[in-house]
Amino acid sequence: MSAPTKDGTNNIGRLEASGLDRDNTDRGVGPNKGGGHDLTFENPDKTYLDSNELIINMGPQHPATHGVLRVILKLDGERVLGAECVIGYLHRGVEKIAENRTYTMFNPYVDRMDYVAAVSNGLGYCEAVEKLLNVEATPRAKYIRVILTELNRIASHQLWLGTHALDIGAMTPLFYTFRDREEILKIFEKYCGARLTTHAFRIGGCQYETYAGFEKEVQKFLTFVAPKIDEYEALLTSNRIWMERTKNVGVISGADCIALGVTGPLLRASGVRWDVRKAQPYAAYSEFDFEIPIGTNGDTYDRYLVRMAEMRQSLRIIQQAVNGIPEGPIMAKVPKVIKPPVGEIYHSIESPKGELGYFIVSDGSTQPYRLRVRPPSFVNLQALDIMVRGLLVADVVAVIGTIDIVLGEVDR
Amino acid sequence: MAEDIKTPAPPPPEGEKKPTADAAAATAPPVPTRAAAPAAPAKPAAPTKPSGPVPLPWTSPMVEKYRSQYGSALEGQTYLGQNYLRVKNELIPNILRLRRDEEKFDYCVDITAVHYPQREKQFDVVWILYSFARNERVRVTTQIADGASIPSSVSIWTTANWLEREVYDMFGIQFDGHPDLKRILLPDGWKGFPLRKDYGILQQDKEWVQINLGIESGQ
Repeated sequence: MSAPTKDGTNNIGRLEASGLDRDNTDRGVGPNKGGGHDLTFENPDKTYLDSNELIINMGPQHPATHGVLRVILKLDGERVLGAECVIGYLHRGVEKIAENRTYTMFNPYVDRMDYVAAVSNGLGYCEAVEKLLNVEATPRAKYIRVILTELNRIASHQLWLGTHALDIGAMTPLFYTFRDREEILKIFEKYCGARLTTHAFRIGGCQYETYAGFEKEVQKFLTFVAPKIDEYEALLTSNRIWMERTKNVGVISGADCIALGVTGPLLRASGVRWDVRKAQPYAAYSEFDFEIPIGTNGDTYDRYLVRMAEMRQSLRIIQQAVNGIPEGPIMAKVPKVIKPPVGEIYHSIESPKGELGYFIVSDGSTQPYRLRVRPPSFVNLQALDIMVRGLLVADVVAVIGTIDIVLGEVDR
Repeated sequence: MAEDIKTPAPPPPEGEKKPTADAAAATAPPVPTRAAAPAAPAKPAAPTKPSGPVPLPWTSPMVEKYRSQYGSALEGQTYLGQNYLRVKNELIPNILRLRRDEEKFDYCVDITAVHYPQREKQFDVVWILYSFARNERVRVTTQIADGASIPSSVSIWTTANWLEREVYDMFGIQFDGHPDLKRILLPDGWKGFPLRKDYGILQQDKEWVQINLGIESGQ
């Protein structure tokens, strides 16, 4: 790993041959600034040339759409006038499945929504059902949950960084991030036997006690990964090509984010300091000291910086959790057959993508009467249209990457 | 109309603030009534009903103000520390707009629906709202009949666009004034609305495999 910066620059240096307009002043950021866009094609921005508008189809089988996302692009030459997402290719009817399963049986299904952050999904679901049952997980279980969820946040951001950089043309970060993400997956595998769809938590706590040497291994990972994050930053943060491709690309204002319900790193990169972990703390987050990193410009580069800072904050949280993990039982007193009383509840957590919520209606039986998932990817993806207007076609790929969608969660 | 809106624990129409304060004070004396932890309001109901906590009337200056304006068309309740408003569907665009403009509920978290086929007004439509300024969540619920439509809230929160499309896709609820109300997750030609309780998974599957695969059943 000698001179990683030089290494990375060489790799993404090929981008310069792509022949696209590299002038920052001609980026077409104008239409992206300010609010008040409508989300239809009714009022397309004025065409730059008198050429005919072109409608082209991107996806659903396209490597840069991170799954089966189809985008219908309305173009004026190389400029994007609008984008319409066509989704649902991965729809499995998760909410209908929930109505036909018991609360316990449905637990593994939630891992299949955001499959790169399965632990977060499980945490949100278990906490929502616990709230409905009016029980609370034990302190030790909460700490284990925080450690695994934050590890998963790092893994999710690493996967995002690798694929996002690859989309833009930088190949090296992918290998670095996947190499390091592997260490997290190994901890998951040792803890619960699965690497991706972990089903790590149960309603009322955790199924498994930590294995011998768990804390030590997590500690080892923390010291291992901190310099690796610096390494990713050395490759990209002040890399001229990376900055040219991401600065002022996909700008969205804080007010637009709020109107569009956009949450997570996108909202924070636009300057709104809001995180469910701080605003309405769940699990054991109120006991830890951490910051909410924010950006100022709301562009792709700021979202990159916010996610990098978030990984470091996650390391801080894990460090505190590992140091202070209490002894005790890992399961609260929960009945064998889970039968919540009649009522409805909404509970949300901060998943790596944004606010992940569960709205559950119980009719007093063993199966949810209605279970609604509020998926952050789905809601954030709606902002794609206003984020890409006025940009170049090549930037659409960058913007899809920066929203960080997982189609399993968009389509459910 | 008036009878549909009733819920398991209808509060007395007038002077509802007093009974709650009394009840809370009688059952949980050490805890201040407003600052009670989520679990605390649940406890008082336990002795009478072992099945679990029941919704309690939600009293706040905001609810009082709305009630004086709209009377019994609106009702505030709280369950396990979460507040919600049940309103008649005629009030829906006004109440939602007021919640955003006057109460700063500027973030529409989610819009969804629940189907109760045995009821006369079959659907509950639920808005989950959040206010950044107050750090507070509230749900607004209304009931509508099958085939009835409800004013769209896209003009209030842009995010309602896709959320309402999904409700339409899954439940077949029409939103008046939606700019582009069409299916979002399912293909355009899909028959039926899957999250309705009377939608059978097995029949749907059977019909599809018979047409597309030429076999009797996929089960």
